[in-house]
Amino acid sequence: MAYTKRVDGRKFDELRPIEAKAGVIPNADGSAYFKQGNTIAYAAVYGPREMFPKFKQNPKKGILRCFYSMMPFSGSGERIRPGGNRRSQEISMVMMNALDSVVDLSAFPNAVVDVFVDLPQTDAGTRCAAICAAGIALADAGIPMKDIISSVAVGQVDGTVVADLNYNEEAYPAIVSDIPVAMTHNGKLITLLQMDGEISKADLMKALEMAKIATEKIYEIQKQALKEKFTKE
Amino acid sequence: MILNKETIYQLASQGKRLDGRGLLDYRDPIKVDLNISWTAEGSAKVRIGNTVVMAGVKMAIEKPYNDTPDEGGISVNAELLPLSSPNYEPGPPGIKAVELARVTDRGIRESKAIDVKKLCITPGEKAWFVTIDLITINDSGNLFDAFALAALAALKSAQFPKVDPTTGAIDYHTKTGERLPLLKEPLVVTVYKINGSFIVDPNQEEEGAYDARLSVASDERGIISALQKGGNEPLSIEEISQMVDIALDKAKFLRKILTSELKMRD
Repeated sequence: MAYTKRVDGRKFDELRPIEAKAGVIPNADGSAYFKQGNTIAYAAVYGPREMFPKFKQNPKKGILRCFYSMMPFSGSGERIRPGGNRRSQEISMVMMNALDSVVDLSAFPNAVVDVFVDLPQTDAGTRCAAICAAGIALADAGIPMKDIISSVAVGQVDGTVVADLNYNEEAYPAIVSDIPVAMTHNGKLITLLQMDGEISKADLMKALEMAKIATEKIYEIQKQALKEKFTKE
Repeated sequence: MILNKETIYQLASQGKRLDGRGLLDYRDPIKVDLNISWTAEGSAKVRIGNTVVMAGVKMAIEKPYNDTPDEGGISVNAELLPLSSPNYEPGPPGIKAVELARVTDRGIRESKAIDVKKLCITPGEKAWFVTIDLITINDSGNLFDAFALAALAALKSAQFPKVDPTTGAIDYHTKTGERLPLLKEPLVVTVYKINGSFIVDPNQEEEGAYDARLSVASDERGIISALQKGGNEPLSIEEISQMVDIALDKAKFLRKILTSELKMRD
């Protein structure tokens, strides 16, 4: 059985409609709103600010900290108990690694840059949306960065390689693989890569090629969101 | 320590390692012992060089989840014991333990290694839930690979405990001889990139000197069931491709060792 028509009618390499805005949370040093299909993420950056507890400070450069969290009413099923769990801990960590490779905090010793991403509504691709939102927020905050990170989940549904899986595709009753990827704009280097499901190496490489093109499209949208904010000011 | 980090880095670009191993050599010996804990339903101890870990399987009967009434379940937990390394403190699992547990879990869960439908006793009411606990005894690096190997060995050794047909109570002291319904045998190989070279099976010093790592879970057919990139340096698509190839090749090597280790103990 091949997956010939996507559940929402999109083409195999078509992304869900994306809406991105920068500077949406006035209290934050930088912020962003990122909506991809039905997945919505708010990101706020506070920093550089002094790092507490003091023993965690790095005298050579600033530290990046990420906090990913789904709001209790944001899941597709039961309420999610607030307070973080192992999944959100892991996602926070891989997000941090993805962004840390392009962020340059050498000018801020002993400081911390905190990135908070909270999602009020989710339909798969949450860590990718979180990274895209965080990327815009970090740029909005003026944090020095070598590049912007764009992220999307590619994968395979019943033998067909697709980009930007929604929840119904992730849960499709066949062999599915879900591959969140984050890439730099220059050089298309991968800073986040995870996979669950089942996939052959050949199909994995096809999916990564699709991710290359998809992340470029998202980069343009992130760039546009920042342009719009700064031309308004 | 700092001196070694730079040395490891320099050596790596020349294709060399501090302990003289080849870039793609695992340490010696690799040992797998089964049934190292009589109180566990299944257990294993794995040794890779000086890294020693244990895995224990406990089984319980619980109500299935609402969305999967005809399935049992699995869960994986990891504990990095303070006795296994000067770097670990008492307390709940930190992010390192959480990541190790979750990657091991996905390798097993996503490959559908255990037929969870066969774990169902009465749909909507009772099913077997299998918990795998991964414990470090001596952490000398490469826990991803060691834990996955130990988890698989423990699952292979696991037997259902006896259930009293009248009361439904579990008699953990009596094993039935019935094994878990294993459909696949997933293993994890983690490839590390150090200064442009790829290595496998880092010791704890090499783990402090890497740029990026990629853990690849695969089954006997070479189908990948989990991927996890770590470290905060990026990887190109070409590098990912090479690392996956190395991981799939090394998985074959580990599988051979597992088979021969298990044969020796029969």
